Amino acid sequence: MTKNLVEVQSLKKYFKIKSDVTVKSVDDISFYIRKGETFGLVGESGSGKSTLGKTLVGIQAASDGDIIYNGQNIKQLNKEMKRNVNKEMQIIFQDPHASLNPRMRVGDIIAEGIDAYKLFSGKDRTNRIYELLERVGLSPQHAKRYPHEFSGGQRQRIGIARALAVEPKFIVADEPISALDVSIQAQVINLLEDLKVSEDLTYLFIAHDLGMVKHISDRIGVMYLGKMMELSNSDDMFTNPLHPYTQALLSAIPKTNPRDAKRERIVLAGDPPSPTNPPSGCRFRTRCPHAMEVCALQEPQWKEVEKEHWTACHLY
Amino acid sequence: MNHLLEVNNLEINFKTYGGEVKAVRDVSFHVDKGEVVAIVGESGSGKSVTVQSIMGLIPTPPGVIKGGSIKFQGKELLRASKREMRKVKGSKIGMIFQDPMTSLNPTMIVGKQIAEGLITHQKLSKQEAKKKAIEMIKQVGIPNPEERYNQFPHEFSGGMRQRVMIAIALACNPELLIADEPTTALDVTIQAQVLELMKKLQKDTQTAIILITHDLGVVAETAQRVMVMYGGIMVESATVFDLFENPKHPYTWGLLNSIPNLEGTEKKQLIPIEGSPPDLFSPPKGCPFAPRCKYAMDICLEEMPGDYQIDESHSARCWLNDSRAPKVEMPFTLEKEKTVTVGGESID
Repeated sequence: MTKNLVEVQSLKKYFKIKSDVTVKSVDDISFYIRKGETFGLVGESGSGKSTLGKTLVGIQAASDGDIIYNGQNIKQLNKEMKRNVNKEMQIIFQDPHASLNPRMRVGDIIAEGIDAYKLFSGKDRTNRIYELLERVGLSPQHAKRYPHEFSGGQRQRIGIARALAVEPKFIVADEPISALDVSIQAQVINLLEDLKVSEDLTYLFIAHDLGMVKHISDRIGVMYLGKMMELSNSDDMFTNPLHPYTQALLSAIPKTNPRDAKRERIVLAGDPPSPTNPPSGCRFRTRCPHAMEVCALQEPQWKEVEKEHWTACHLY
Repeated sequence: MNHLLEVNNLEINFKTYGGEVKAVRDVSFHVDKGEVVAIVGESGSGKSVTVQSIMGLIPTPPGVIKGGSIKFQGKELLRASKREMRKVKGSKIGMIFQDPMTSLNPTMIVGKQIAEGLITHQKLSKQEAKKKAIEMIKQVGIPNPEERYNQFPHEFSGGMRQRVMIAIALACNPELLIADEPTTALDVTIQAQVLELMKKLQKDTQTAIILITHDLGVVAETAQRVMVMYGGIMVESATVFDLFENPKHPYTWGLLNSIPNLEGTEKKQLIPIEGSPPDLFSPPKGCPFAPRCKYAMDICLEEMPGDYQIDESHSARCWLNDSRAPKVEMPFTLEKEKTVTVGGESID
């Protein structure tokens, strides 16, 4: 039986930007991530996907709701237990240029977690750094260099080594490949897939490149303006998308077969509304080709429409 | 036959403290009237520098145009005076940049930015230019054009700003539109809108387009011909069908292999191109792709391959196309059933 490693219950993360304006970046989201799976999270800019990821690993405190990690509600843990949970949850950032301190040597960057948790010292620490560098496809002599001496793909490998240093169980990968060139993206994806098996990891993989998400994920969640719109296993999402937003999103991906290019596609009118003032009822209704009267009045329920396939839409 | 744009043996270097960077090496191509040509390549492949040189946008120094020619409607642009260039820029050739926020003037209402070119090039009066500008705003699908005319760029979303850029570029009915990664900064659903718009306008006005992108999906959907650049050279040039179905350069194979398949439910491992792009300060003596190429032969490291003509519209710069080279099968086909998997590392 597979166990849920992370359970999210009615999670909310609000940002107050003015005395009377609140952005509901993550608004009442519930889902779970099974142990050992890769959960893909997609959505456009401003959908709240990165906020959700950062809230899960505790970089930001949730405004409301519960995060249950490995059976323990993070809210109810004492300081020391929380520290242990934090050690098991790590994050890899999008921009490999901005997320590495330019004034620190690569070895020290990787060892930050080791030092903070006092895992190794002296010779053991050095050996651990070398081992990590090799594990991500770099070599031990790189430890003495500075981040600017590396290419984007190599820096992302350093970011991965840093996350692995404390032997995490759960890794949030926040758009780890979107800043990289196509030929390098596949290298990093393959590395992440290898590490998942060898280190026994669970991933939350955040991206806006649906092709890569489909490739790497077991299950996928689609977000729009702070809400989860649809959630299912990755094949179902692509063969049988239920929510009109998912349908449009999938239809918008340029196909890499020129003979297919003449197909009809759903082009959404307009831009996503401002997250400071989302539409009433269903947040997608202003751009939805199937919008009905009820969509403006009532927020659709999050329900399991088919087995293991959830969506929030009045059509179902 | 006369081409609309003809680029021959273009060489561009940049002088830096680290030495001279060879950004574009011996690039030749042409664009015909009304056609959409895509240039694909990774960062540093020289694709942007190539098209910037057409517009005369290479800063000299540090840039040095070492040689070659760029002929537009039979006229040599590299030796044109500033005054002559001004007549071409913005009027006969329009350009759209990647980031619409940094390419619009933040202190000027967008309507004036569209009208500017009309007043300069078409000698319209202010009133006429305003009328035409409002018409352009409407044509690129921005609602409430009269109201939008008086707004500043920060009041527009990313997709809307890119529409404004398109309106500026197309205002004077150019013969050629250069679009440098026009949708890279946009979300997928907005990218779909902008691509639809560009396709529609292209059909209506018969403007030729050079589309620069790194997204092979965008290429497949919009272009008729494709050129692939790597390390400053053009490695392959073909029709869009030939490029996807019968590519002849291992770099193109690598690119097609490293994108995930959206169709079907089976999972296969991606085959990445190992290594990283060449250092352009001292490019390899032979083919720039040779150090990363699974099929590299001795000659590849020693000598730059010539441009092998596969057929009339298809050429590839790779020694494998020489009659003396061993026959190598393309490591995959588009149909997934027939996928030949080349074991992770190398084949012999």
